[in-house]
Amino acid sequence: MGNDISRREFLKISGAGAIGVAAAACASGRGGQQEPVSGQPQQQGTMEMRTNPGNGDKVSLLGYGCMRWPMVKDDSGRDVIDQQKVNELIDYAMKHGVNYYDTSPAYLQGQSERATGIALSRYPRKSFYIATKLSNFGDASAAASQKMYHDSFDEMQTDYFDYYLMHAIGQGGVAAFEKRYVDNGMMDFVMKEREKGKIRQMGFSFHGSPAEFDELIALHSRYHWDFVQIQMNYVDWRHADGVSNANAEYLYDKLVSLNIPITVMEPLQGGRLANVPDNIAAMLKERDPQATLGSWAFRFVGSHPGILTTLSGMTYMEHLVDNVDTFTGFRYMTDEELEMIERAATLIKEYPTVNCNDCKYCMPCPYGLNIPEIFKHYNSAVNEGLIAQSSAQEDFRRLRKAYLTGYAKAVPAERQADHCIGCRKCMSHCPQRINIPAQMQRIDRYVEKLKRGDF
Amino acid sequence: MLKKLRIVLAAVFFIGITLLFLNLAGVLQPWLGWMAKIQFLPAVMGLNLAVILGLVLLTLVFGRVYCSVICPMGVFQDIVSRLSSLRKGKALRFGWKKELKVLRYGVWVLYVVAIMAGVHAFVVLLAPYSAYGRMIQALMAPTHLFALSAVSAVVAILTFVVITALSWAGGRTWCNTVCPVGTTLSFFSRFALLRPVLDETKCRNCHLCERKCKASCIDVANHRIDCSRCVVCFDCIDNCSHGAISYRFAYGRKDAKENAPDGGRRAFMAAGAALAGGVAAKKVAVTAASVAAAAGVASAQGKKIDGGLAEILPKQNPERKLPLVPFGAGSLKHFHDRCTACQLCVSACPNNVLSPSSSLEYLMQPEMNYGKGYCRPECTACSQVCPSGAILPLTPEEKTAVHIGVAVVDYDLCLVNRDGVSCGNCARHCPAGAIIMVRKDPSDERSAMIPAVNEARCIGCGACEYLCPSRPLSAIHVDGRDVHIVD
Repeated sequence: MGNDISRREFLKISGAGAIGVAAAACASGRGGQQEPVSGQPQQQGTMEMRTNPGNGDKVSLLGYGCMRWPMVKDDSGRDVIDQQKVNELIDYAMKHGVNYYDTSPAYLQGQSERATGIALSRYPRKSFYIATKLSNFGDASAAASQKMYHDSFDEMQTDYFDYYLMHAIGQGGVAAFEKRYVDNGMMDFVMKEREKGKIRQMGFSFHGSPAEFDELIALHSRYHWDFVQIQMNYVDWRHADGVSNANAEYLYDKLVSLNIPITVMEPLQGGRLANVPDNIAAMLKERDPQATLGSWAFRFVGSHPGILTTLSGMTYMEHLVDNVDTFTGFRYMTDEELEMIERAATLIKEYPTVNCNDCKYCMPCPYGLNIPEIFKHYNSAVNEGLIAQSSAQEDFRRLRKAYLTGYAKAVPAERQADHCIGCRKCMSHCPQRINIPAQMQRIDRYVEKLKRGDF
Repeated sequence: MLKKLRIVLAAVFFIGITLLFLNLAGVLQPWLGWMAKIQFLPAVMGLNLAVILGLVLLTLVFGRVYCSVICPMGVFQDIVSRLSSLRKGKALRFGWKKELKVLRYGVWVLYVVAIMAGVHAFVVLLAPYSAYGRMIQALMAPTHLFALSAVSAVVAILTFVVITALSWAGGRTWCNTVCPVGTTLSFFSRFALLRPVLDETKCRNCHLCERKCKASCIDVANHRIDCSRCVVCFDCIDNCSHGAISYRFAYGRKDAKENAPDGGRRAFMAAGAALAGGVAAKKVAVTAASVAAAAGVASAQGKKIDGGLAEILPKQNPERKLPLVPFGAGSLKHFHDRCTACQLCVSACPNNVLSPSSSLEYLMQPEMNYGKGYCRPECTACSQVCPSGAILPLTPEEKTAVHIGVAVVDYDLCLVNRDGVSCGNCARHCPAGAIIMVRKDPSDERSAMIPAVNEARCIGCGACEYLCPSRPLSAIHVDGRDVHIVD
């Protein structure tokens, strides 16, 4: 059982610097065909590296998630990726040892692969690892899926993928998985490509319930998952709802017990863990005034030895520099720190924020709403303690003005929550399984109350 | 001294009223709102007897100080005229001119008839304070006004061009020939207790006062001042180095009598030209609007990619059986009879509901549309700022009991029918609970739900129209009521 491994045990051992041994000791189930992911003895001032037990890849513990590149408007007003900035970011990342780049044909309105490919093409192909995905959410036919696969080579200017993922499976269980990947023959196709060496490692990214995870993991014997990508951060570790979204601890323990390397997405919940409620920020800052709020989230994930790499969608240079600092001369969390971060997670869950990670899978909304921005504005008001409880409270006018002017700036009137008609088209796209229409109506009711000023 | 006082007061009024129009009405209303409410024509339209009486008395005592201080259009012309005088050799560009009686009184009679006959377009076109308000809107936010109503934008810009040209060339020509308020006040100012008086014995006939009189009302040859046209700016007193002109008690003195030249034909031509301009502008606007509508094209979608925003077609105003006028207007007739189209309510509306009408009948008088927002229940901004009583003040509580229109559903456009989705956004947002979601097929328990309007409860606020997802035409729209119903 994966649950046999206590996190505390890990950390005691990791504190002593013998993580690899610990991970090996914990890897009970599969009889050691593979070595577990192993940590390198740390030298001060170098990027923390992990070794993929399956093929010996030396992967940086900080990976680049290419879902959030900076965007600019082109001449015709269209959002396009700021290629120059991408090049600068990747230059800095490469220089500081980040060698894992994760993208998808769907990201950033379909522009991510190309932009990432352009930036990486300026480096020797062997100096980095590319991960991309079969993101056949729309048309899952064999023809469309194969075209997507082949297009990715051109977009990324490569003739092989280091890591290739079946994208965002889990919801709907095996049935949904079969519809997108088995019935159309894509699993057979992808496995052949793996044999040919076009795909070096094959895995899937997961969002869903524990039962759905178990179903997919049961297919390991058939497909041999080289790695699995899970959503993991100190809140979702034990405070995902655990029903429709599995706790990361459950997924992690299971994968470690099977000796399957883990790549991590959403270590920062789309930036939400870098912008936490004020009292939690105070708690973390009291512990270490110098450490950025985000660095705690990355240290939490990195402190788990079963992790091959932690993807972060670093839009701005400041994010990148901060994360590189965190993973250079990486400091494993102490038991006490782990206890504190668990307390923080418990507290965070008491706030009525919407658990949106700004992945934009719900977009574009057919009725023009800007769903992630609406949530982002609401969440930041919650975190900053700017939600009014009653129009009778003393600072009601201030809170009202702060919320409404900020809302109008962030989201134009015709894209605000009151325009949600509840068609529910977004819901099947949301990896966090947010009941988006219900949340829209909740936020709209709050805005309406603010505007009317009587509650 | 008197001149300085005049300039200071004029500056205070001019800046105050201009600020009111610069979309700051909501903020400044409590302090500066009265400046709009003491404007002559809005007070007449609003039958605000206290203000009318006050202004008449003011004129009977001091002459037309209203034109020099309170009227923003008058002060605006003084500024233009002053700039014009700064040109080399143009400091002494004026001279005595005979009163253009036929034009002046012809326009005035026409104007009074227009008010009585309800020819709103003509009434609002010449209303000085309102014309100034529109000019400011056109100058400060031309694209905004153009989007609201191209006709109004064109008229406002034309007004600006004409007024600027007239005052650049001839000072107060407009005020003393066309302006109906100027003419009205002239009936009183000629009997004013205090007037500038030219002392024959001290005058050296240098004509300096005459050459600098922007109202062209000083006749040095006969040592007379036409006080029907004098706007008591005190420039002449300041300029006379012989102390021949003084501002003093002069009740009963006879003013210069002049024979009126034939100006009637010109008056009619001017009015006709203005109207023709309006019609032409409307045609241009209609063409521009239809081109803009045709340009909105939805984009096609290929594979599912993440992010981006769906294109949103701008809403098109529906054809309403009757226009919508604000809560507090009482009825279409009351509103249209009293509104001077100053646009103060348009700039005060925080919900983008009001815009000047482009119809010839109600030219530039505001109308309500719900493409960019709806008339929110807690807001009464327009009723607070209206200087002419076209929109009477009411409280948010009173507002809930007023019905200005009634919503109508177009079932062919309703998305439940058209796209087979469930919606109900109109019912969810109706503040009056006037929209009932009913089964489309009453015999089917699980039938899709479609909206139906409970006419008795609908207040006409337009929440449903604004939030209807059907674009560019909403599937539910509000028709105005001829007479607003109060519960």
